[in-house]
Amino acid sequence: MTIATTTELICFLVLSAVVVLGALGVVLLSNIVYSAFLLGGVFMAVAGLYLLLNASFVAAAQILVYVGAINVLILFAIMLVNKREDLKAIANLTTRRIVSAGVCAGLFALLVRVVVTTPWSLPGPAAVGEEATARIGEHLFTDYLLPFELASVLLLMAMIGAIVLARRDVLATDVVTGEVADQGLIEKARTPLLINRAD
Amino acid sequence: MSDFLSTLPSLQAYLLVAAILFCIGVWGLINSRNAVRVLMSIELMLNAVNINLMAFSSFVDGDLIRGQVFAVFVITVAAAEAAVGLAILLSLYRNRVTVDMEQFNLLRW
Repeated sequence: MTIATTTELICFLVLSAVVVLGALGVVLLSNIVYSAFLLGGVFMAVAGLYLLLNASFVAAAQILVYVGAINVLILFAIMLVNKREDLKAIANLTTRRIVSAGVCAGLFALLVRVVVTTPWSLPGPAAVGEEATARIGEHLFTDYLLPFELASVLLLMAMIGAIVLARRDVLATDVVTGEVADQGLIEKARTPLLINRAD
Repeated sequence: MSDFLSTLPSLQAYLLVAAILFCIGVWGLINSRNAVRVLMSIELMLNAVNINLMAFSSFVDGDLIRGQVFAVFVITVAAAEAAVGLAILLSLYRNRVTVDMEQFNLLRW
């Protein structure tokens, strides 16, 4: 083994370990703030895997979009809804977890079997390496032009939808009298709209 | 074992890492009681899919790298999904004053 392949192997093993252990931490840790920061670590390790695969553009996009936008959004959501609450106990919670872990292990076994037994057509054509970014740009503006434009429409729709869903002045007028109600009063004396049947 | 190690990082190794990540995401999606953690599990699963696409793009489709273009689109959709999902979560929290998934059973038969 040359020193280059050894370095690549070590980088791959370390990044894979970070991805797997970080994902386990995201799912299993009880404090959700730790989970959110670990999720950022997982995203960065995945970006490292992309760099190992000669995909510098997608790695940069991964860092910008996932770590810079989605993770920050999740942290903001945690701060907005982070009320200490004792979750009600559910019957058979442990059984449920074990059964679902069994189901996931079965899914994993299936995936491993597919990965191992499929005759992949390797080695494929020579990788373009550093030209990948230019090649992605060509794809985006020739044969993938329609999905590219649709993605922009999708992002616009998601932005408007998020604003509409998260804004607060849904009850601008009093429902009963039809008068314009004071928004501050509504916010303070706010009863939950959906009555909880379980209580 | 050293034989296997010397072939790393191969396509199969990347696919295995992605499979582990996807299964952890599925488990978290089923078992999380905090709604924010459910969204995080979905992001984990999307990342697993992206690793698969990138591995195929690099090993099988090295000259056209269509997998990387797909990965860019998946990242876009994931961003939109996260924004809308968290907005729904905020609006749910405002109405139910909890983030416990077990309490969100209004639409359940």
